[in-house]
Amino acid sequence: MDKSVIIKVEHVSMRFNLSSEKFDSLKEYIIKSIKGQVSIEEFWALKDVSFEVKKGDSVGLIGLNGSGKSTMLKTIAGVLKPTKGCVKVYGSIAPLIELGAGFDMDLTARENVFLNGALLGYTRKEMEGYYNDIVNFSELNSFMDVPVKNFSSGMVSRLAFAIATIGIPDILIVDEVLSVGDFQFQAKCERRIQNMIDKGTTILFVSHSIDQVEKICNKIIWLEHGQMKCFGEAKEICERYKRS
Amino acid sequence: MPTYIQNFLKFRPLLNELVARDVKIKYRRSVLGVLWTLLNPLLMMVVLSVVFSNLFKFDIEYFPIYLLSGQVIFNFYNDATTTSMSAILGSANLIKKVYIPKYLFVMSRICSCVINLMASFTALVLVMLAMRVELHYTIFFSFIPISLLIVFSFGIGLFLAAVTVKFRDIIHLYSVFTTALMYLTPVIYPMSMLPSWLAVVVRANPLTNYLTIFRDLMINNRMFSIFDLGIALIEAIIALTIGLYVFYRNQDTFILNL
Repeated sequence: MDKSVIIKVEHVSMRFNLSSEKFDSLKEYIIKSIKGQVSIEEFWALKDVSFEVKKGDSVGLIGLNGSGKSTMLKTIAGVLKPTKGCVKVYGSIAPLIELGAGFDMDLTARENVFLNGALLGYTRKEMEGYYNDIVNFSELNSFMDVPVKNFSSGMVSRLAFAIATIGIPDILIVDEVLSVGDFQFQAKCERRIQNMIDKGTTILFVSHSIDQVEKICNKIIWLEHGQMKCFGEAKEICERYKRS
Repeated sequence: MPTYIQNFLKFRPLLNELVARDVKIKYRRSVLGVLWTLLNPLLMMVVLSVVFSNLFKFDIEYFPIYLLSGQVIFNFYNDATTTSMSAILGSANLIKKVYIPKYLFVMSRICSCVINLMASFTALVLVMLAMRVELHYTIFFSFIPISLLIVFSFGIGLFLAAVTVKFRDIIHLYSVFTTALMYLTPVIYPMSMLPSWLAVVVRANPLTNYLTIFRDLMINNRMFSIFDLGIALIEAIIALTIGLYVFYRNQDTFILNL
């Protein structure tokens, strides 16, 4: 088995300053720093996490709320820059971190398809090639010229999922998004992800449903309070996770 | 360096989409649509030139054109910097969820303003034709001060965008600042009416230089001197360097403050 490493996470720590939210204004900042009240309450969302993901693996991240799963995914996607350590990614990433994040509610669905495609780094021409596929998959044929603000949340998620999963990216990041739509659409999404795995895409998958993780992933990273508790084969860790 | 360029090329289509979005949303549901970019400066000019040619009398030939040329330059600077200031804040949703080079947001705002600038420039030429002012060949050189002004505004825009993320006060402070700046730029009055001490202050304003060069080319059939051009170039480069420096130093902490 000579699989090459596609994601390398080395001693990543991520610190948030809880105090930075507290003042938005210059006056407050100056007054507080004179008084010495700029209390730096630190919060480490991730502490010294290291792992490697090989090409073709599908890795599940599990852990309780606030254990740092989403932060981990965001550092891998490049949205957050780690305070310490580094993340190396060798390949293209399709992030499914929050569906519909790139939508402009005033634009129509059709315009949003192109805007979102551009966000993922596709040209207009490439997007025209994918356009029909997106419309068919999201089942929104008759709504493409309606502004997205008039869509139901299910419709938004369907469209977003269809756009984010076009092409065959090297890495697909899925964060809690498979709970969208009705069960038929969920099954469709799962099939699409399975299809990508078969074509060699590496998956990073976050879900609270351990059954879903077990079904899709072959490796698991278990995070607890920002630290990695264990990393290994899916089956044994699932067993342990269920028991805990 | 090549990675910067590669990254930029990868996201070029995004820049197009962002600019297209800005323009589309601005004129959605208006009957005349994009025509407003042309009509707006024209109507503004009518109002202002009626006011100023009756209330205050300046000794300027073709006052409406003098005024409009000043407005083309000043309004561009004002719009470009004010809209880029909120570029990062306004795109908080995206920045939190997807990786995109962040300067693109500022750049897209500047590009939309450049489109407006082209429209108001066209309006200026139309008015010149309507008033039967002689058009000189020097008009063709007006792209030089305009491009320098764009670079200058981009630098200031980057700086403001980065600082505003940390301190929201800047938004309110800056609108006061631009009002003051407008009166420190010879948009509506001629330089000759200023007392000498004030003229020094007004000349120190970078916009005055861009405006004077532009106006000389458009109306007075006068080429700029190498000295003036040098100053304009240096100011643009300084603004861009400071803007990029501050922006790059802070861009990784944006997400923590949004």
